[in-house]
Amino acid sequence: MFDWWERIVDALVVDLFGMDKTSQAGGAIHFFIYDTIKIYMLLVLIIFAVSFLRTYFNTEKVRVYLQGKSEFTGNILAALFGIITPFCSCSAIPLFLGFMQARIPLGITFSFLISSPMNNEIAIALLFGLFGWKITALYIGFGLLVAIIGGFVVGRLGMEKYVLIPVVPMSGDLEDVEIKLTMKKRVKESWNYTMDILQKIYLYVLIGVGIGAFIHGYIPTEFIVKYAGSNTWYSVPLAVILGVPMYSNAAGVMPLIEVLTSKGMLLGTALSFMMAITALSLPEAMILKRILHVKLIATFFGIVAVGIMGVGYLFNALL
Amino acid sequence: MKIEVLGTGCSKCQALTEATKKAVAQKGIFAQIEKVEDIMKIMEYGVTSTPALVVDGKVLSSGKLLSVDEIVTLLG
Repeated sequence: MFDWWERIVDALVVDLFGMDKTSQAGGAIHFFIYDTIKIYMLLVLIIFAVSFLRTYFNTEKVRVYLQGKSEFTGNILAALFGIITPFCSCSAIPLFLGFMQARIPLGITFSFLISSPMNNEIAIALLFGLFGWKITALYIGFGLLVAIIGGFVVGRLGMEKYVLIPVVPMSGDLEDVEIKLTMKKRVKESWNYTMDILQKIYLYVLIGVGIGAFIHGYIPTEFIVKYAGSNTWYSVPLAVILGVPMYSNAAGVMPLIEVLTSKGMLLGTALSFMMAITALSLPEAMILKRILHVKLIATFFGIVAVGIMGVGYLFNALL
Repeated sequence: MKIEVLGTGCSKCQALTEATKKAVAQKGIFAQIEKVEDIMKIMEYGVTSTPALVVDGKVLSSGKLLSVDEIVTLLG
């Protein structure tokens, strides 16, 4: 897909700069130019596509679709909607209470709350750009699984009493919400959104790929294999713990994970790390603390963390 | 005209309030702008994503930080 671009960078580095592609400096520079531009192109493409699709959905619509769904079907649908619905953690409170108001079970709401940030457009675009479609599909597939099972388990624990704000369930069914937008407006809105996101993350991507390029060219593989590649029991939980505080920097961390993986870090550990970055967000926990008891938030984080680690161990064992 | 901006205090909600003020000034209309932060009141409008823009009790947009121009168009 990007052969043409690789040829241009080859020509640039070898012919114009007169550098050897296999040398340390040449390799690092080639990697940096090739990767940053490729990632920016993919970011624009994928974020635009996802946000265009999302102009057809919103959380109000999802609420209508999820109302009255049975437990397991509801969990699956909620997780799937998490991919295509725009959601920002600052809306976590109205979303949570709004779902309860519509008598949507707690477990189904949590399936959505786990899936939505995990399958955010930035993570998907970066994964696709850095790792290709296979790893992206694995990430989304297992992310959905964690969201479905995680939500199901939370639902089974009967923790409704830990919601601190009394919600009066509405009687009757919701009416479908219509989203009236012309095609031109959808395109314009998605484009503006894409540029907005890009503006927020381009620097992180640049720094991430920059450090990645340095590792790529200068740090020997044995060094990384020794610290991140070993299949010791603690590498997966360690990756999850390290991933939690990195939420806002997903754009900068993903390029690093790619380099670490190509230099010997195990894929399962890498997947756990990425999922922990997107799914276990401290800011979201702080927002939810205003309406949920700490016990419920801790349970939610605990279950997701266990699920993510399960994915990591599974992949380290299989691959 | 009564305009309400619904939001639980996030930065986007603040930005939407500012944009709404500018839009109203640009149109030169008389409107009362109120920022609603009470979650129970927000729920009453059936909104599940913030910030939301409500004009005379009708939800015109939710989950979006609208630009000044967009608000001007929405206000009609």
